[in-house]
Amino acid sequence: MADIFSSMQFLWRGLFVTVEVSLLVICLSLVAGLLLGVVVTYGPLPARLAIRLFSDVIRGIPILVLIFFVYYGLPLTGLNLNNFVSAVMALALFSTAQIIEIARGALQSIHHGQTEAAKAIGLTFAQRLLYVIFPQALRRFLPPWINSVTDVVKGSALVSLVGVVDLMLAIQQVIGRTYVPLPLYLLGALIYFSINYTLSSLSRILEARYAYIRE
Amino acid sequence: MLYHLNFGLIWKNFPKLSWGLVLSLELALISIVIGVIIGLALALLYESRGRVSRTLITLYVEFIRNVPLILLVYLVFYGIPTLVDLRYDATTSFIVTLSVYSGAYLVEIFRTGLAAVPRGLIDAAKAIGLTPLQRLLYVRLPTMFRIVLPSLSNTFISLFKDTSVASVLAVPELTYGAQWINFNTFRIIEVYAIVTPMYLVTGYIILGCLRLFERQFKVR
Amino acid sequence: MPISASNATSAPAHEPGQPVVRIRGLKKSFGQIVVLDGINLDVHRGEVVTIIGPSGGGKTTLLRCINVLEIYDEGSIQIDGVEVGFTDSSGARRKRTESDLAHHRAETGMVFQLFYLFPHLTAAENVMLGLRKVRGFGKAEARAIAERWLDRVGLAAKADSLPSQLSGGQQQRVGIARAVAMEPKVLLLDEITSALDPELVGEVLSVVRKLAEEGMTMMVVTHEMAFAREVSSRVVFIDAGRIVAEGRPEDVFQKQSNERLRSFLARVS
Repeated sequence: MADIFSSMQFLWRGLFVTVEVSLLVICLSLVAGLLLGVVVTYGPLPARLAIRLFSDVIRGIPILVLIFFVYYGLPLTGLNLNNFVSAVMALALFSTAQIIEIARGALQSIHHGQTEAAKAIGLTFAQRLLYVIFPQALRRFLPPWINSVTDVVKGSALVSLVGVVDLMLAIQQVIGRTYVPLPLYLLGALIYFSINYTLSSLSRILEARYAYIRE
Repeated sequence: MLYHLNFGLIWKNFPKLSWGLVLSLELALISIVIGVIIGLALALLYESRGRVSRTLITLYVEFIRNVPLILLVYLVFYGIPTLVDLRYDATTSFIVTLSVYSGAYLVEIFRTGLAAVPRGLIDAAKAIGLTPLQRLLYVRLPTMFRIVLPSLSNTFISLFKDTSVASVLAVPELTYGAQWINFNTFRIIEVYAIVTPMYLVTGYIILGCLRLFERQFKVR
Repeated sequence: MPISASNATSAPAHEPGQPVVRIRGLKKSFGQIVVLDGINLDVHRGEVVTIIGPSGGGKTTLLRCINVLEIYDEGSIQIDGVEVGFTDSSGARRKRTESDLAHHRAETGMVFQLFYLFPHLTAAENVMLGLRKVRGFGKAEARAIAERWLDRVGLAAKADSLPSQLSGGQQQRVGIARAVAMEPKVLLLDEITSALDPELVGEVLSVVRKLAEEGMTMMVVTHEMAFAREVSSRVVFIDAGRIVAEGRPEDVFQKQSNERLRSFLARVS
């Protein structure tokens, strides 16, 4: 039992890595996903096709395949990044593809009449996006985006398979030393559950709050 | 940057990939069938039983949906045998895990599906004197299935992709096959250049077949 | 004023000089369908030109070409002498860029059939958006201007209400305030009462009537024939993409020398 307590610190560090990976991926993918989401909604046809191709391919393969491909394949292009960076990149690609779809859905759900009314008073493209489209698209974007954030946290557990010592790998290493798999897996489950359940509750509250704002 | 593409080694070991793909599909299929049984049963229980059952079912659903699949896989394979004197192989363990996993998502799908059955249909069924069980079997379930068919298709495709996690237990599905070839031939680019389209094309074929199937049963 | 059954240029009904809107040979097709087939029209300062005609005849498309919500294929539209959709810089005709178009659109105002108020902004904020971001007014100034215009359309009390809290008639009046607060050279009204419950139509039409009396230059597409008769300087009948008849309201509605005009008026009256 004392073993387990001393291992707590190890698990704590693993949790920290999980949070680190998740936050990095969330920030990177939010920026990239929103940018590409705007382009795929309003951009020229070749760009739209390219982005949709990217998004469909990434979302059509398992996250694990993406992680393995980036981790094992990247060194071959001369880029020798450590496993942490490769894993973050792979997860970020996956999350970006998800956010592109969420953003596209949110932007396209805005009635074209809003764009016309905004054009009619002389607003430029950037002004239309900033003052008319985005404020309305936001409430259609946030709940699904928060869900994608929980997907990132769950997906981060897979980075343990390329040697990143996140919570998942930390748990396994502690099990390797203490031989008590069940309590440790349950503890891990509890931690992941707490994080994600909080997030998904937030998403539900937002959805409920936005629902009463009539069109 | 000296890397010469050599697909020959891939083709030599292609059975690992082709049979892996078959196994992935089997795993997904078995899991969704069991998952549908679990999901349907729990969805019906949810609406007919009291607060205790509903809380338990919600607990199950929320637990599964918020915990990474890989953790569940380890939990079932390594954790449970320490509790119960049960021995099972990796494949069985994964199927159990994925079934329970899919069941949680399917409970939600079936719950909303049942709720989406138009009240008018149920009233009409009552009006012609059908018992609750008959209404369920002949009106509500058939209607619900037509409504949830798109969600079922998407769930199946997701499960198909989730079977890649079985590779951590050395279950010889497609991702495991890819990694095996990767480790034994170092042909990383080639193998994933083959495996990526395999996942994509299979996904699209499943989607296409299910869309055709849906068209047969379209809800007006 | 004789009714012309051809596409001849209309003679000025008000003061001579450059027309505010000058349309020549305007053509627009959607794919195979020709919607505008050679429109020639002048609108002078202070005129109210009402455009009537059967659905699909091109009336709405004409308005939308003027503020370049649609790009026309051939012909020319000039507002105060400046070509709207295209530039003629190096001799070749090129489409204007989006930012150019934004400048032009600030000079025209449009009120839509389905209002298209910005739902996340209050009535005052709807009116203020263009004032602040396009005209460059500060927040306090824009607020004052917006309140003035909302008062003129009879909605001073509703300045801080959201569109969802307003009736259809009230929303449309905010839409009018939003458009005229920009002090456009010409106001384009696209069937602004067609989506309103009958009892709400009157309040909107009285606002338009007031604007007309105050000398606002307007092009109005409408089905409200009584209103057209009462308020217009000129009525234009467009069918199948061409101006089939035009003239003073009494001439168009009473004399009805054109066959298609007659059958159209019989249908809508």
